[in-house]
Amino acid sequence: MRAKVTVLIVMLVGLHGVLLLAGFFAPYDPAAQNRELSYAPPTRLHFKDALEFHLRPFVYASAVVMEGDQRGSYQEGRSREYQVRLFVTGASYKLLGVHESTTHLFGVSEPARIFLFGTDAYGRDEFSRVLFGGQISVAAGIVATVITLFAGSVVGIIAGYYGGWVDELLMGVNELFLSLPWLYFLLGVRAFLPLHLSTLRTFFLLTGVIGLIGWARPARLVRGVVLSSRNRSYVLAGRGFGATDFYLSRRHILPEVFGLLLTQAALLVPRYIAAEVTLSFFGLGVNEPVASWGNMLSTLQQYSVLVSYGWLLAPACALVVTSVLYSSLAELFHSRLKSS
Amino acid sequence: MNYILRRLLRAMLLLVGVSALCFLFTEMAPGSFFDEMRLNPQISPETIAALRSSYGLDQPLAVRYARWVNAALRADLGYSIAYNAPVAPLLWSRAKNTLLLTTCALAITWLISVPLGVWAASRRGGLVDRAVTLASSFVISVPELVIAVGLLALVVRWRILPVGGMMSADSDALSMLAKLKDVARHLALPAFILILCETSIIVRHVRASVLEVLGATYVQAARGLGMSQSRLLFRHVLPVAANPAISLLGFSLAGLLSGSLIVEVVCGWPGLGPLILEATLSRDLYLVIGGIMFSALFMIGGNFVADMMLIVVDPRIRKEGVDAR
Repeated sequence: MRAKVTVLIVMLVGLHGVLLLAGFFAPYDPAAQNRELSYAPPTRLHFKDALEFHLRPFVYASAVVMEGDQRGSYQEGRSREYQVRLFVTGASYKLLGVHESTTHLFGVSEPARIFLFGTDAYGRDEFSRVLFGGQISVAAGIVATVITLFAGSVVGIIAGYYGGWVDELLMGVNELFLSLPWLYFLLGVRAFLPLHLSTLRTFFLLTGVIGLIGWARPARLVRGVVLSSRNRSYVLAGRGFGATDFYLSRRHILPEVFGLLLTQAALLVPRYIAAEVTLSFFGLGVNEPVASWGNMLSTLQQYSVLVSYGWLLAPACALVVTSVLYSSLAELFHSRLKSS
Repeated sequence: MNYILRRLLRAMLLLVGVSALCFLFTEMAPGSFFDEMRLNPQISPETIAALRSSYGLDQPLAVRYARWVNAALRADLGYSIAYNAPVAPLLWSRAKNTLLLTTCALAITWLISVPLGVWAASRRGGLVDRAVTLASSFVISVPELVIAVGLLALVVRWRILPVGGMMSADSDALSMLAKLKDVARHLALPAFILILCETSIIVRHVRASVLEVLGATYVQAARGLGMSQSRLLFRHVLPVAANPAISLLGFSLAGLLSGSLIVEVVCGWPGLGPLILEATLSRDLYLVIGGIMFSALFMIGGNFVADMMLIVVDPRIRKEGVDAR
């Protein structure tokens, strides 16, 4: 059990590390366009050429073969091999937003390209975009979760601690929020906010809305825990000794709530990442040219793209991996919470 | 009787609360439908002001809300600016399709998950149980959007089912039966996606509540007296386990409606979802509010139905009118 949790946490830390250092792991600038290489399929890594087997993988340069006036399919030019090298110099990027660097983990020399997940309509490298888009999507999920849990625990603690009419009022509003399908509600709130904004403002608006709509369920759970812990003998004793409300909630009640919040966090992060992805997919979230998993997927709304260019599902796969990791962690936390 | 009345009253209060919340949001919103117009030099500010007042948007919030409630009581939900038509018929024509999709999906979901949940719980730790638990926890953790897009890609590539819309273009020429079949074929994919997502949630809850009852002392006693497994399960365990499961039906509606919004948009099913999305993108105020009200109405209505079913199933509520949840 403990080992499982450790493994999951290590994997999650690894995932976030890769996303955080996207500039280093991505071979190209996510916004760099190659119009002549649109919808290029994933570049194949070769180990064997006509003569022998190489330990170091290599790629061939691909180009579109013209069939009359029509664009045909991509074909590899087998005349020259380009070896995949580590720590190559490429486009400059800022690591963590401060450190300027041009070193990338891997790459090939021009004119060959290495597109691990292919390219999109503008010939942008899908792999680099998945990494950079993941920064936005995952950050949105985490920030929204923090907002939700903060709002939820403040309301829950107030309702549970004071009880009486305060409790009844807050839980009434709570039920109101619970009785709305969240996505309809989200769309509704989004409808009343400006549509076109700078990326940064959109991001915070989006996370704020997603986070604030979800406060109801954690608030209800926190309230339950606070209600049961309020009458514990040590809390009553503390009050007898003249402890203030603030001290009691910080010292005795919050620690009890903490396990619950941790489980909720692991549960909410993937859900909120999905919410951001869904909104951006609908064109209501983060806009081009900034990549997010949602707006990358939104090109798939055209059936022709969906059928012909299957590699554009890469952000969906990344989303699934992230969600499954977080959800398994939430499940482990949950069973531990129940058994304790 | 008392219980039914109390539930009805609560449903009413919730609807009032939802509508008030919507209007509060409109008041806090910085933009409006007319923002784009304002940028257009050919339209004078006076024209915009006249338009605003013709839609009643220049009135203070309380007046607007009172007017809207007054009209809504007569089934008039205001006027859509983008469609240039009353909101209520517009919404209703789409809501029927959403209802068709969600009720089909819901019915099949329950038909699958109750037997499956009971089966898994009765063989706890067995092969079926482990398979159900594993599969459902995987499906739950995959976002609905991904499931929808992935399945759509498969269906479009293999050309198994027609995709997009609700009927084929030439469906007018078909006979009644063929028309029905046509709609069913179009319904199959969105319904399947919803069923997949919902079953994974509900089967777990059914399993958990059956397991809980199976651990009760009276079940052990019955077993000790030599009662057969099937009689025990269906005569004594399932009725008791039904209460939490039915309560869940009400709660699961929220997820179902949100899921159906995604599925409708992705699969092109002409339900409420695409309409609300368009309305959101064009800032069509009353259409958005109407759409939220419709979705809230579905949910609260569904919860009410669940409450009524509880009365039928649970004698504790019938006799004492207590909240036995």
